[in-house]
Amino acid sequence: MIKVENLTKLFGTKRAVDGISFSVERGEVLGCLGPNGAGKSTTMRMITGFIPPTGGRASVGGFDIVENPIAAKRLIGYLPENAPAYTDMTVSGFLNFCAEIRGLRGDARKKAVSRVVEMCFLEAVLHQSVETLSKGYRHRTCFAQSIIHDPDVLILDEPTDGLDPNQKHEVRGIIRRMGEKKAIIFSTHILEEVDAVCSRAIIIDRGKIVANGTPPELRRKSEWAGAVTLCVRGMAAATVTAKLNQLSAAKRATVISDTGSRVTVTVFPKPNQDGELTRAVMDASHGWQVEEMHTEVGRLDEVFRSITMPDTAKEVAK
Amino acid sequence: MNTWANIKTIAKRELGAYFTSPLAYVFIVIFLLLSGVFTFVFGGFFEREQAALGQSFFDWHPWFYLFLVPAVGMRLWAEERRVGTLELLLTMPVTPWQAILGKFLASWLFLALALALTFPVVISVNYLGAPDNGVIFCAYVGSWLMAGAYLAISCITSALTRTQVVSFIVSVVLCLALVLAGVPGVLKAISGVFGTATVDMVSSCSFLTHFGGFQKGVLDSRDIIFFLSVIGFSLFSTSVILRGHRS
Ligand SMILES: Nc1ncnc2c1ncn2[C@@H]1O[C@H](COP(=O)(O)OP(=O)(O)OP(=O)(O)O)[C@@H](O)[C@H]1O
Ligand SMILES: [Mg+2]
Repeated sequence: MIKVENLTKLFGTKRAVDGISFSVERGEVLGCLGPNGAGKSTTMRMITGFIPPTGGRASVGGFDIVENPIAAKRLIGYLPENAPAYTDMTVSGFLNFCAEIRGLRGDARKKAVSRVVEMCFLEAVLHQSVETLSKGYRHRTCFAQSIIHDPDVLILDEPTDGLDPNQKHEVRGIIRRMGEKKAIIFSTHILEEVDAVCSRAIIIDRGKIVANGTPPELRRKSEWAGAVTLCVRGMAAATVTAKLNQLSAAKRATVISDTGSRVTVTVFPKPNQDGELTRAVMDASHGWQVEEMHTEVGRLDEVFRSITMPDTAKEVAK
Repeated sequence: MNTWANIKTIAKRELGAYFTSPLAYVFIVIFLLLSGVFTFVFGGFFEREQAALGQSFFDWHPWFYLFLVPAVGMRLWAEERRVGTLELLLTMPVTPWQAILGKFLASWLFLALALALTFPVVISVNYLGAPDNGVIFCAYVGSWLMAGAYLAISCITSALTRTQVVSFIVSVVLCLALVLAGVPGVLKAISGVFGTATVDMVSSCSFLTHFGGFQKGVLDSRDIIFFLSVIGFSLFSTSVILRGHRS
């Protein structure tokens, strides 16, 4: 449904987006991660036809956004960053306007508006002016606008920004449910959301895609993936790490905490040896008083950091 | 069909926006007060033999518009850009032209309403004497066309900036230039410096020159075309500026 080929945007001489390509099919939810200023919003603005690309192409439902903008825009629901809405209108007036400009008239419009009002819990503020809404409600109002015409393609720039935990949960639920029948791209700085809603994620850094995969695939890139953490009673920390460091599958063993009577140690695997490591640690710890032991699945935040800030990540791991 | 439906939807929203803020009411009240005061007090309306509305009332319009129309037009695009709704509007299935026309027409209709509300002046003239209502009608048409030209120029300056005040000031200056280009004193000074050939050229660009015909009750196609081309050119410039911001 969404196809992006070699998309590039220059602001002056600055490459905000630098040759990004990906595609999203119906039934997929693509999460867009990346540090501030990476080019996520700029990419979305080009796909939605707000700013023209400097190079490359983007098409939605087969319609090129530059050559056939109106047909492409009809298919898209878009929630811009910061959720703008006409401050001089009431929530109801705003939603009715958006429905009308999407070509919904009469009964169809009434139905569409009441559907999104219910989905986004806007009854309480329906007749309030957008100007006086709280940030979360304004965000929900703009989100409601993006789904009012039940679009095939949804592009959401930080859809859960500023929402309370309950509303975050609701919006994630909506995105996941809609993702079954639509093609969705959304950006976020909350890594748990990737697990909660994405079928695939990309990490963008300085205008380029630096990682692309399903959440488990991304997590496996982590140094923590396959690491074994164990908690031992009645042994000196030095003895434990010395023994574990000798394992052929272990890269290194690090003390996480040491209370004197109880040591917690994490053993990191050598590349591609995470399978063997668990077995080896179990053998090595035979006869120890092991209180707890588990294998880590890998941490997205660490993957994110090591990919987007390679130098600092090493410092932290040390 | 679809095009007009979109323009209508946008214009309706825009017109609604005027009336939800106090701006619309303040504008109408000021416009009516100014019209009344200037016509009857400074315009020497009662001293004139024949109730010549064409002079005392309409003479002031280019000057009122100089300040009032930029105040109406300044928010059109500046506000959309400041709040960020421009991104929303231009990612909807509407063309930039539909958005530009919709917003312009809404403000122009609003000015038409303000103008229409000066009808008590016409009634009093008719009560006091027997004026030529054809001339009055003609002057109203001219005044509205001229207001459209002011408004279209305000559209340009509004698209240039996020700040309404800056937009207001720049469009007042631009419009002032277009008005002054028809003031006799200014033209005299120009002819002194550049010669008479330049004067004709300069004065043919002025709002005053082209409005003058309407005031006398002459519907000259050249005057109509002048105002319409100013509007067309300005709206075109607006579209170029809006496109420029985004690339
Ligand atoms: N209109 C513009 N003119 C000049 N530079 C711009 C413009 N818009 C964005 N940029 C620059 O392009 C880069 C990418 O910005 P973008 O908004 O896409 O980042 P982002 O990934 O969305 O960041 P964030 O996580 O903070 O939202 C930034 O360096 C930004 O300063
Ligand atoms: Mg952003």
